[in-house]
Amino acid sequence: MVRRIGISGNYAVAYAVKMADVDMIAAYPITPQTTIVEKLSEFVANGELDASYMNVESEHSAISACVGASLTGARVFTATSSQGLALMHEILFMASALRTPIVMANVNRALSAPLNIWNDHSDAMAQRDAGWIQLWVRSAQEAFDATVESFKIAEETRLPVMVNMDGFIVSHMYEPVELPDEEEIRKFIPSRPLENRVSTKRAHAVGVVGPPEYYYEMKYQAIDAIEESRPKIKEIDNDFNSRFGKSYSEIDTYGIEEADAALILMGSIFGSAKEVANALRRDGKNVGVISLRVFRPFPVQELRRAIEGIRAVGVVDRATSPGGSGNPLYNEVATALYDMPERPVIQGFVAGLGGRDIREDDFRLMYDATQKAAREGAGRCIYVGLRE
Amino acid sequence: MLEIRWHGRGGQGAVTAAEILATSAIKEGKYAQAFAAFGPERRGAPVQAFTRISDKEILTRCQIYEPDIIVVLDKNLCTMEGVGDGLKDGGAVVLNTDGKAEDYLYVFKKAGKVATVDATEIALKELGTPITNTAILGALVRVTGIVSLETLEEIIKQRFRQHAEKNISAVRRAFQETALLETGERR
Repeated sequence: MVRRIGISGNYAVAYAVKMADVDMIAAYPITPQTTIVEKLSEFVANGELDASYMNVESEHSAISACVGASLTGARVFTATSSQGLALMHEILFMASALRTPIVMANVNRALSAPLNIWNDHSDAMAQRDAGWIQLWVRSAQEAFDATVESFKIAEETRLPVMVNMDGFIVSHMYEPVELPDEEEIRKFIPSRPLENRVSTKRAHAVGVVGPPEYYYEMKYQAIDAIEESRPKIKEIDNDFNSRFGKSYSEIDTYGIEEADAALILMGSIFGSAKEVANALRRDGKNVGVISLRVFRPFPVQELRRAIEGIRAVGVVDRATSPGGSGNPLYNEVATALYDMPERPVIQGFVAGLGGRDIREDDFRLMYDATQKAAREGAGRCIYVGLRE
Repeated sequence: MLEIRWHGRGGQGAVTAAEILATSAIKEGKYAQAFAAFGPERRGAPVQAFTRISDKEILTRCQIYEPDIIVVLDKNLCTMEGVGDGLKDGGAVVLNTDGKAEDYLYVFKKAGKVATVDATEIALKELGTPITNTAILGALVRVTGIVSLETLEEIIKQRFRQHAEKNISAVRRAFQETALLETGERR
């Protein structure tokens, strides 16, 4: 039976991890992620979750311990934010190349300096090329559902999965979440030891030297694996939908059928963007919004299909790439659309850095500027809400 | 949709109160959000929290700038800038004070209703500590009826476990002792 309760995004993740019956958790607390691992340590201490909870002295050790445990075939989980993810950086590449199916919740928070605990996407964007699948959720419900799906995606693709959730805006917001029975979740992701793993009976070395004769091919296997994950992600979501009645596409669209301008964005601002689009559409403005749930692998074909007929898109980045030709999401979108015979004008925006609220007026400004770009062409990136 | 802004000091439980209210509304089948304007948390420092409650799914995740209701857990916060800001015309104020509602109208000029309760005195007596959040919830439920007292008490039981009973006494006493001033300002 489904229970509908009011919990935070962080607790929704903790419940998902508990129901997934993980074998091992290694994490180091960091705001705004802390309440995920707090709750999990409570589950372990109470005997509600039979897992090994490993206290470590840093995030570098947390992810290293996860890689090691995953190589034995254990189902492992970690969670972090911001500086913690940055400290994991070098091991993230090893996790994907060693094909360890780790699931991580990354509660998005700005990178220092100045020190800032609030939300933006710079932590995850800085790990864009680490070879991890990246999911981006927009609510506590999605945080639960995506975490559950991630264990299956990770184990079936042999790739690590990062579930990104906006710090505070989702992680600490209490809202309704429907929790299915633990038994049903365990049927969806039964624990089964992965073959070909390290054990006391079957010792072998991993992470050894890959000289020029081998490195390239081994790297390509991980590149190929993330390409091959596209149909798997869809298939697993279909299975999830048939069991739990909730379906998530790579991209979600709102009001784009007749739109001449649309915003493209990620994370929790999807709801506010829809709310403002609704108000503008009542005033006769044809605007829509596209939200990406999957950032790696980037949903190129889905995005191309969605923007057909749209004259201008506005890409909202919550992270920057200083000195670059554009910011991370803008660059992805521009690359994905570049060789279309008829492509829309692309206006770039930066908004909401370091937890600055993206207000309804800010969305109005972005929709207006995107419509203007449809008429007059795009201008330089607009830094929304920046004080002069 | 109803939007509520909470003002308290670190340690008074404003964030917890916002969450308890949202969780109670969700328990009654409604949609709700509770969130805080998180800063570096320090005991005694001013804290803001927010609750949204609606019969329909809530799309927006923007902060709340024009609340329908303002709840103040510490009367001294009224002298600070911004506590009365943005209150909708005819909106409600729920205030922890041992004084009179009339004395605060200069802060909440557009308020239609000002409810007052001595939540500090109730908390000290019932809990033995000046954590005023559960008492103020009793006052809020009394003047707005957003959720039922029964649901509120059920959620408090789940949340506070061994401390639930004392907190429920605080809720009930505040519910009884709340005074209401209707100013005649209309929505």
